[in-house]
Amino acid sequence: MNQNPTPQTGHDTGDYVTVNIGPSHPAMHGTLRVVALTDGESLKKVDPEIGYLHRGVEKLGESLTYHQFIPITDRLNYCSAIPNNVSYEMAVEKLMGIEVPEKAQLIRVIMMELARIADHQVCIGILGVDLGAFTPFFYLIIQREEIYEIFEWFNGARLTNTFGRIGGVDADLPDDFDERWEELKPNVRKANEETEKLLTHNRIWMDRTIGVSAFSAEDALNWGFTGPCLRACGVKRDLRIDEPYCMYDKFKFEVPVGKNGDVFDRYIVRMIEMEESIKIIDQAYKLYKEMPADAPLMARVPKVIKPPAGEVYSALESPNGELGFFVKSDGSANPYRIRIRPPCYMIYQAFPELVEGELIADLVACLSSLNVIAGELDR
Amino acid sequence: MDDWLIAIIKVVCIWVWVLLIAVVMTWVERRGAALIQDRPGPNRAGPWGLFQPLADGIKLFTKEEIIPTKAQKFLYIMGPLLFSLPAFSAYAVVPFGDKIILGGKEIILQVSDVNIGFLYILAIGSMGVYGVILGGWGSTNKYSVLGGLRSTAQMVSYEVPLGLALLAIVFVYGTFSLRDISLAQQGTFLGFLPNWGIFKQPLGFILFIVAAYAEANRVPFDLPEAESEIVSGYHTEYGSMRLGLYLFGEYVNLVTISGIIVALYFGSWHMPYIDLGAYLGPISWGVVSFCIFFLKVSFFLWLFVWVRWTLPRFRYDQIMGLGWRGLIPLALFNIFITALFIQLTV
Repeated sequence: MNQNPTPQTGHDTGDYVTVNIGPSHPAMHGTLRVVALTDGESLKKVDPEIGYLHRGVEKLGESLTYHQFIPITDRLNYCSAIPNNVSYEMAVEKLMGIEVPEKAQLIRVIMMELARIADHQVCIGILGVDLGAFTPFFYLIIQREEIYEIFEWFNGARLTNTFGRIGGVDADLPDDFDERWEELKPNVRKANEETEKLLTHNRIWMDRTIGVSAFSAEDALNWGFTGPCLRACGVKRDLRIDEPYCMYDKFKFEVPVGKNGDVFDRYIVRMIEMEESIKIIDQAYKLYKEMPADAPLMARVPKVIKPPAGEVYSALESPNGELGFFVKSDGSANPYRIRIRPPCYMIYQAFPELVEGELIADLVACLSSLNVIAGELDR
Repeated sequence: MDDWLIAIIKVVCIWVWVLLIAVVMTWVERRGAALIQDRPGPNRAGPWGLFQPLADGIKLFTKEEIIPTKAQKFLYIMGPLLFSLPAFSAYAVVPFGDKIILGGKEIILQVSDVNIGFLYILAIGSMGVYGVILGGWGSTNKYSVLGGLRSTAQMVSYEVPLGLALLAIVFVYGTFSLRDISLAQQGTFLGFLPNWGIFKQPLGFILFIVAAYAEANRVPFDLPEAESEIVSGYHTEYGSMRLGLYLFGEYVNLVTISGIIVALYFGSWHMPYIDLGAYLGPISWGVVSFCIFFLKVSFFLWLFVWVRWTLPRFRYDQIMGLGWRGLIPLALFNIFITALFIQLTV
């Protein structure tokens, strides 16, 4: 007899009890669902079910024009919409062979790194909440609000930014970005410091995170991990350095790597990445200021985007990992096919592997540390 | 007849007082959380949001009472009652001041000075776990059952170090009565230390406060209601005033625990170094001793809030490990040392 059959709710087998977690559950971010076969507190088998937030984003793209699809990409990883927009725009630009002006690239870098900080702040804050530490969440979320203020003041939207256009960006950074950023920077750093004080060396926090859902570098690569979760396992892979785009090769920054690939390492990697992002923004803004004020923000792009027939894959390092867009064109004004490679999808596949044999409380910790965003996962 | 009247007045007064503190505590908890978390907190109802508990109370009372179809009705209804009743009764033996002399009659500021006060507290305190178990079981919800099981394991385990820590106090003071222990904490010893329980039982105090936090299901020991894991655990299925009784019982428990901590370890109503009772009249001393006691209790109530919004939550196996491998051996060691010390010095 199969000792660990696929868990189904309502069918408690022998010694084990199936527990249905989600799709509406405080720890299941968005609408994830996990059916777990439990033996008391420990998880015997975990069966994640996805698709509760499936909106047919990829299919939707086929009936929209190239520009109309940009707002749809906002709804992928809604914690940081800007890298989604830019990734899609880069794919279309690559297909059309458009060279984006340097100034636009710098604006993209600044905005994407701000989005990365915001994304990591949410991830770490929620990780704390899920482990019972409520307070750091507020320290971080207050600063995230300030970042959203910058987004709002850039183009009016806070969450779904619809940032940039194919071929560049639609607007320049406003004049007082300098002041805003200088005001924000120390606050972000302070919030991070306070979070570190509350969590990093806290004995309970260490007990709860170190060694929990540890993953080897080999396994992580085999499962297709990217981003902070892969770097936590000790693999130094970052598209910003390995396959530079948007002038990332001109900035000096460190790529933090962990050792054990456990929840603690993922947390620490994200913490350090925020600091590195601040450094990147500083460097990018310095370069930006050296540009002439009337430098172009848009490449020469036809009014109706009709890329030549062909297909292209282009990816960038989103806060969660490699976010790629595959765009196929048949020469018309609508894409023939759009396929999105979200980082979460690959990471979430390994979820049962990560948590089976651990306790229920670890399932929650692991899920938050992976930063699985349902919008990106289900598309 | 007079004694009866006094007893009834004392019971009513203390009941109302504890209730009032618990109500205010719900406000302190939220405003304290807001203070720690850098946000305003509830500030709409009344000045500084002081009427928020009232609004909450009205809301809880007027909400529809829903019993889940699959719940086991009797257990489901008994759960919150069994939880809140012991919470209210436990304060009966905890003092709240020295004594007051009215009309030539000496009134002790304590509902009842029973000579087995400790045993009463332990007995009543462990009753509360039934409310949690029955509520969790009667809800017929897997999260609730998990919460109930967690709390059973936790509360039963931590009762042992709690009792052992109290035993060491009995060794030191040679009595089970909380009033006698309070009285014995006047003055100083070794010339400079106040005669308080914490200085005579430092390890015992740490053991007691840790175990007490676990008994009260407070962070970092709030596993039975871990919101992010098992969705509030044993009270997932509860609503309206039944939920209110659970939440409220928790705050009443906090008041009782703080009262016990102050009475046993922090000199009860005594000021360190000064014997105010010698300078004040019988009535004013009664009031002053009550105020001193209450101030100390307030500090420990605030400590509960402070800790809650600072620490993360333990995991189930860690909590058991801490209890059985950490606290119980330490408590036994503490008893051994205390006994040895007493044997050698007396």
